[in-house]
Amino acid sequence: MNSKRSFGTLLAALAAAALLPAAHAADIKLGVAEALSGGAAQYGASIRNGFQLATDQINAAGGVNGNKLMLVIEDEQGKKEEAINVFKKLIFQDKVLMVFGPTLSNSAQAADPIAQGAKTVVFGTSNTADGITSIGDYVFRNSVTEADVLPETLATVKRRTGLKKVAVMYGNDDVFTKSGYDNFRKALEDQKIPVTTTETFAKGDVDFKAQLTKIKGTNPDAIVLSALLAEGAPIMVQARQLGLNVPVIGGNGMNSVKVFELAPGAASNDLWIGSPWSIENKTPENSRFIEAYRAKFGAAPDQFAAQSYDALHILVEALKTVKLSGDLAADRTALRNALPAVKWTGATGAFQFRQAKDRAGKPAGYDAQQTPIVSVTRDGKYVIEK
Amino acid sequence: MLEQQFVNALSLGCVYALFALGFTLIFGVLGVINLAHGAVFMVGAYAAIVAVDWLALPMWAGLIAALLTGGLCGVLTDRLVLQSLRRRGAPHLIPMIATIGVAIILNNSVQGIFGAANLRFPQGSVPDEVLQLAGLHVTVIELGIIFLSFALMLVLIYVMRGTQFGRALRAVAESPKAAALLGIDVERMFRVTTFAAGALGGVAGVLIGLYSNAVFPLMGQSMLHKGIAVIILGGMGDIRGAMLGGLFLGFAEVLSVAYVGSTMRDAVAFGLLFLILLVRPQGLFGKVVQRKA
Repeated sequence: MNSKRSFGTLLAALAAAALLPAAHAADIKLGVAEALSGGAAQYGASIRNGFQLATDQINAAGGVNGNKLMLVIEDEQGKKEEAINVFKKLIFQDKVLMVFGPTLSNSAQAADPIAQGAKTVVFGTSNTADGITSIGDYVFRNSVTEADVLPETLATVKRRTGLKKVAVMYGNDDVFTKSGYDNFRKALEDQKIPVTTTETFAKGDVDFKAQLTKIKGTNPDAIVLSALLAEGAPIMVQARQLGLNVPVIGGNGMNSVKVFELAPGAASNDLWIGSPWSIENKTPENSRFIEAYRAKFGAAPDQFAAQSYDALHILVEALKTVKLSGDLAADRTALRNALPAVKWTGATGAFQFRQAKDRAGKPAGYDAQQTPIVSVTRDGKYVIEK
Repeated sequence: MLEQQFVNALSLGCVYALFALGFTLIFGVLGVINLAHGAVFMVGAYAAIVAVDWLALPMWAGLIAALLTGGLCGVLTDRLVLQSLRRRGAPHLIPMIATIGVAIILNNSVQGIFGAANLRFPQGSVPDEVLQLAGLHVTVIELGIIFLSFALMLVLIYVMRGTQFGRALRAVAESPKAAALLGIDVERMFRVTTFAAGALGGVAGVLIGLYSNAVFPLMGQSMLHKGIAVIILGGMGDIRGAMLGGLFLGFAEVLSVAYVGSTMRDAVAFGLLFLILLVRPQGLFGKVVQRKA
């Protein structure tokens, strides 16, 4: 008995001794779970680049309170099951302080509860669906949702063009375009903009002239369009062919420079979209980011890289105020408590967190509180509208 | 606005008819519902993209590339798949299922080579000005589609009804065995038919790609569903039926958008189609053309 107890004490002491150096080790391990292969890989790769760029900058400047940052990067392949596996590995095996990711909202719905259960901060930079941050109080994101962006886009167009009434057109057989329509409809009601007619189309349609002719007959000041590029670009071309030259107000699905290819020339003019970041935004923070990104990766950054770059800086701001104790559970909670107060101005502009509610209306995680940038297309370019 | 909707309906109807012509031809002669026709249609559009966009050839060369590639796809489908099924006397549903496989292979190959993103023909491949006639807006490509679909229908009807070759084709459609006994080279007839149908599909792919400004691997999928409806409505295997069925579907869709609402578009269009088939289960021209083709 006696020898057993002393053996146990010895083990505990050994374990403590093993932990001690870890506590003083100069590395803060941060998990990154993004889709680096599969269909969402183009987003995941940009996100990873943003993290790497910001981490290098922080470490080159001496780290956080003297501690260097270390990224543990895992590929979650854009799949729910894989995201769950990767989250478990990062949290329980690699013992990271917190986890960034995953890339897609679907995966976040599946994997974020793992982090919440382990009382570990999970920080999404690209999840825009409703309900992610209602999972729990360890769930954060700095990605602006469509529910926030679309009203802002609409208000800007109203202010700039003085539109009085709009026609609405959306794809009614796709989750993304349908939810975009729901957000648009709510924003139109809130801003008391009358709708002349609401028209729908289906994926794979090639001809939209019947709907557009009807829309033209109702004389709207603009068309609100919730579509993916595959249908959205031909809709713009055919609208212009019918002499329907009013502004088109699009959602995130239309936010791509590919629109200039698919609806060339004047057809793509006067398309208004809102997004959290724009390469045309010439603030000093954004210019520094773009320049550094080009220098490191030899390519222009996109919205996803800008958001992950900012996310890492936001996290560092919180880390600066946390005194790491070496007790992982305590440090994870301390970080969670420090994050909501962070305010940061980065590549995507001024940022702070906003408390989100869970389904019962109780405080849960944190969403982004940020003003989107509204741009309009003019001769093959996005021009920022204030 | 009503006049404009009529123009819209006419051009949409001709789009459907153009697709349905090749589709119905194969059924008429071979008795096979070729579910790869949508994929052949898509391959034609990509062939023209390669010619016009990559090789910087003029548009007529793109059309020829689409015609040849589509025709080749049709012949290869017949040679590699349908012919061996015929030789083994496969029951008639088997060839149809096999063509689903052909469609999957073509779709995935194109997606593998070109990616899943939308492509379009370079600007200015066809005159892109909009003609305004008495307040109506109509594009050059729409006029082209309307003209071509009627012209092709007339040519096909003439070949079928007015030439010795067409007589042989109709004999094959009636009974391949009897035709062979009469000294007709049945396999050659099948080859010519699948080539012609594939070529028609390929050309239709280019025109509709130009019309909608969108070329993508699954572009034939929704067209195929509409095409099946069109040839059932028109009477399986009948060329005039394909034309009239296409026009009917075009007008039904456009007018239901104009008067009922776009959410109800397919419900109204296909509801009408169902009602017509209740009255004429054989399709519009089903009775007149007892022998298919």
